[in-house]
Order: sequence, then C-alpha cells, then structure tokens
Amino acid sequence: MNGPDLLNEHVGVLKSRMGTFYPGSHVIYRGQNLHEDLKDMDWLALYVFGITGRHFSQAQLRLMNALWSYTSYADVRLWNNRVAALAGSTRSSGMLGIAAALAVSEASIYGGPPMQRAVAFFNRCLEQLDQGENLEQCIREELARHRNIGGYGRPLVNSDERIQPLLNLAAELNLHNGPYLKLALAVEDKLLHGRWRMRMNYAALVAALGSDLGLNARELYLFVFPVFLAGMPPGYIEASYRTEGTLYPLPCDHVLYAGPPKRAWARSKANRAL
Amino acid sequence: MSSDENPNTVRSSIWHEDAEPDNPFAARTAYCRGYDVYGEMLGQARWAEMLYLLFMPDPPTPAQTELLESLALALANPGPREPSVHAAMCGGVCGSTAASSLMAALAVGAGQLGGAREVYSAASGWASCGTNLAAWQGWLANTSELANGIWPAPEHPPGFDPHGLGTATPVRQTLACLAGYGAGPRLPWLQQYLPEMEAAAGRPLSLSGVAAAALADLEFNPEQSEMLYLLLRLPGAAAHALEQRALGYKKFPFGVVDLESATEEQTA
Repeated sequence: MNGPDLLNEHVGVLKSRMGTFYPGSHVIYRGQNLHEDLKDMDWLALYVFGITGRHFSQAQLRLMNALWSYTSYADVRLWNNRVAALAGSTRSSGMLGIAAALAVSEASIYGGPPMQRAVAFFNRCLEQLDQGENLEQCIREELARHRNIGGYGRPLVNSDERIQPLLNLAAELNLHNGPYLKLALAVEDKLLHGRWRMRMNYAALVAALGSDLGLNARELYLFVFPVFLAGMPPGYIEASYRTEGTLYPLPCDHVLYAGPPKRAWARSKANRAL
Repeated sequence: MSSDENPNTVRSSIWHEDAEPDNPFAARTAYCRGYDVYGEMLGQARWAEMLYLLFMPDPPTPAQTELLESLALALANPGPREPSVHAAMCGGVCGSTAASSLMAALAVGAGQLGGAREVYSAASGWASCGTNLAAWQGWLANTSELANGIWPAPEHPPGFDPHGLGTATPVRQTLACLAGYGAGPRLPWLQQYLPEMEAAAGRPLSLSGVAAAALADLEFNPEQSEMLYLLLRLPGAAAHALEQRALGYKKFPFGVVDLESATEEQTA
C-alpha cells in the first residue's frame, strides 16, 4: 500500500510501541508502568532506557553521567553557551535561550556531528582491520575521504583536559577494556607520532566509550543531546543579573567591513502593483 | 592596535554602519553591500530586493525580483496540514511563546520530507546535474548516497512527493508562474522535461522541488537555498500558531494512542 491509501490508513490513528498515558490512571513508558516499575529509576537511567529500551549497570550509568558532566563548562565564550547567555542579556526567556543553545550544539566542529563521524570511522576501521588492513591505511583512507578525522584535533587547542579524568574514571569502573577505546587510543598514537600531530578530543572518547557501552550510532547521538546542558544556565543567569545588553556589546567600528564601497541605489525597475 | 588585529571584531561583507558622532554603539547610517538602507533603499527597494541583496553581492535583476517575490508567496503558507505548521500550532494551542512556535516550525520543517534539507539536497542536484536529463536520471537513481552525518538518508528522491499520485495542481501552477519570469534556465527546463523527471524519480514533483529549481535559477547555492526555504515558510506557521492560540487546545486534535505490545514490535 502506498500514496493516499497509506496516509489514509493513518488518519486519526496513533500507533505506538513506546508509550502513552491514561489520564488519572497510569502511564506506560516503553512497556513499563512509569510510577510503579520505573519509579526508583534515576533520571539518567530513565533517559537512556527511553533511548535504548535497555537497562544499564550502576557502573555504566556512572560513566554515562561523567560523559555529560565532564564537558559542562560555565563559560559563555563557548558558542553554544553564548546563545543562552545572549538570551539572558537581551531579557529573552530562559527556556528559549537554552533550547536554542542546545540546538546550536549540533555543530560541524563540536557536539554530535564529529562524534557521529568518529563512530562511523571506528566502525569502518574495525571492519577493515578485521579484513587484514592495517591502521595506518585506515587513517590515510579516512583523511583522503574527509580531510580530517572526526574526534581528533580541536577547534581552539590541540589537547583536551577532559580526556584524562574520563580515562581515569573508565579505568576505576573497569570499563576501559573495550575494543572501541583501544582503537581510539591506537588511532591517537598513530596520529601523534605520524606527521599529523593530532590528539584525540572529547568527541572521539565519547564515541569510543559509548560504543563500548553497547550504544549504537543513533542511540549515542540521542544520548549526547544534553551533553552541554549543565554549562548553559549559569551563563543565562549571570547575564540576566547584569545590566541589559552588556554581554558582547559591539561598537559600530568593531564590524570589520570588507564588502563593496558605498554606492547609490537605483530606483527598483521591477513592476510594482501600486 | 588596528581593527585588523582586534580580536573583538566581527567580519562582514554584507553590513557596515557609521556611528553617531556622540555614541559609537548607535548607527547613524547602515549600508547593505554598500547601499544606504535607511537613507536610500527604504521607500525605494522592495522586500524581495533587500532579501536577495542580503545573500548576494549585487541587487537582483527585475526578473529575479519578480521570481523571488512570487516564490515567497508560493511558500508563505504550507497550510495547517503540513507538519512544520502543525508543530507551530502545537506551540500556539497551549500558549507557548511566539519564538518557540517558530522554532518548532523550523525544526520540523528542516528535514528530508518536504523540508529545508530536502531543498538542500535537490539544490545540490541542480548544482551537479544542471539541465542535463541523463545526469538527473543518474542522480535520481542514487539519492541514498546523500546520507550525511546527522541527516537520515533520503527515503524518496529529493524534490518529489513520496505519497503523491500525480503532480499537484498548486505545484503545476507554481512551476508555470515561476518559469514564466525567465530568470534562469532551470525552471523552464523542468517544466519542459517534467514527465521525464517524474518518471526518473518514480514520483510526482513536489513544491520543494519547484522551490529548489527556483532558488537555483536565482543563483543561490544549496546552503543559501536551505536557509531561504526555512525563512520563507515561516509566515504561515506564525499565523496558524496565533489562530490556534485563540481557539485553544480543546479544539485541536489530540487523538488516541493505540499501544502496540513489544511482541508486536518483534514481529512487525
């Protein structure tokens, strides 16, 4: 069935395997009663259960929690945080500012997309290594294809202060022996000692640890959605307390113009229905 | 320190402002690509000309102006059945903020089904195939290769209607009107080869496909086309959000969920 017949079959019908609520009675969340079966679950566990339908151990959840908290920077210079802070400075609503800041976090050079590229690279790499290729070959192919490797190198500096604490925690929790983490570290070693001089950044480490936790690419993508969230409200709040409009004020001469010189506008020639 | 070395400057080839003598933060004059916006363009230029000039180095020709203005009219309201407008109405109906309704419309209207990413993909098709039918036939046969990072692979050829049986009347009317301006070669070519293009896609042309061709005829690149498509569809989302706000959630569809079991999931 296709076309209008297919659409017609769905008019007024909402089929779901994920859940619903029965007002005044109970709530079903992924087949479980939210206020009975899941009532003691902490929020992170519930969020991950919502994404995967699976339950994780306390050690795994602790590591997942750290993946979020170790990158929660209350620094409004960071481009996504700045959106939330600018919303505070312009006296917009906190929800709008933070929602927009989260949306902006899906960026080419940070956040979910580089992590997605890292997951895809690791998966390709593991497949190729299985087929007998060597790691250097995988790296060269990836560089030839994308001119960079998702999760390696960093926009501002070529080192990452989040890596070691997270590696320490993974070791403490005995979650540091997975194949993805081993591969991620081996890639960094090759990149550092080859001519590329690139270090692993947070995206690659999250991609590796998340994959070793059993999250597939889509699950990991949704898992990292709030990864920067905790860094955003402080900037919004601080900007709200300061005098309005005082965050990043720019005098006119701070816009460095490189366009055409001043010129006269010729009256529009297009037809006007006046 | 010269402004070249000043780390606190923003660079722009679009906008320049001269400050009032007594206040460096207040603009006395504002120039868009060199044209005095408030001193000369205001009252002289049309909205479509300003819109075009923001994205392009020079003003549009009269034919381009007419084309952009008519495209804006055609895209202004996808209507309340369309998912991005539905999303905006979800904001309006419960009294969410105005901006959140538009953000909802942007998010839902950003994707591969009738949304801005579909226009981006179709515009990429125009950039690679131009008016070469054989190239289009090859491109339309391999659209699954357009999967890119966070965007799911297209489930239908971009610019065509996955659920349509024939070319919808408004799509034909829009294509005929826009092609008539003669602003570029793609729209007239699309009109001429519509049967062949629809046969290659296996589906009828959609309004997003006409929009992609029109934006390509206006010389916008795929990134600009994506952005303009997002922008031009917002008026209807805004109007319908406000309309539903006044009506309230009790007069808006809520529905009943038919909960399927995990067993059905496994067997589905």
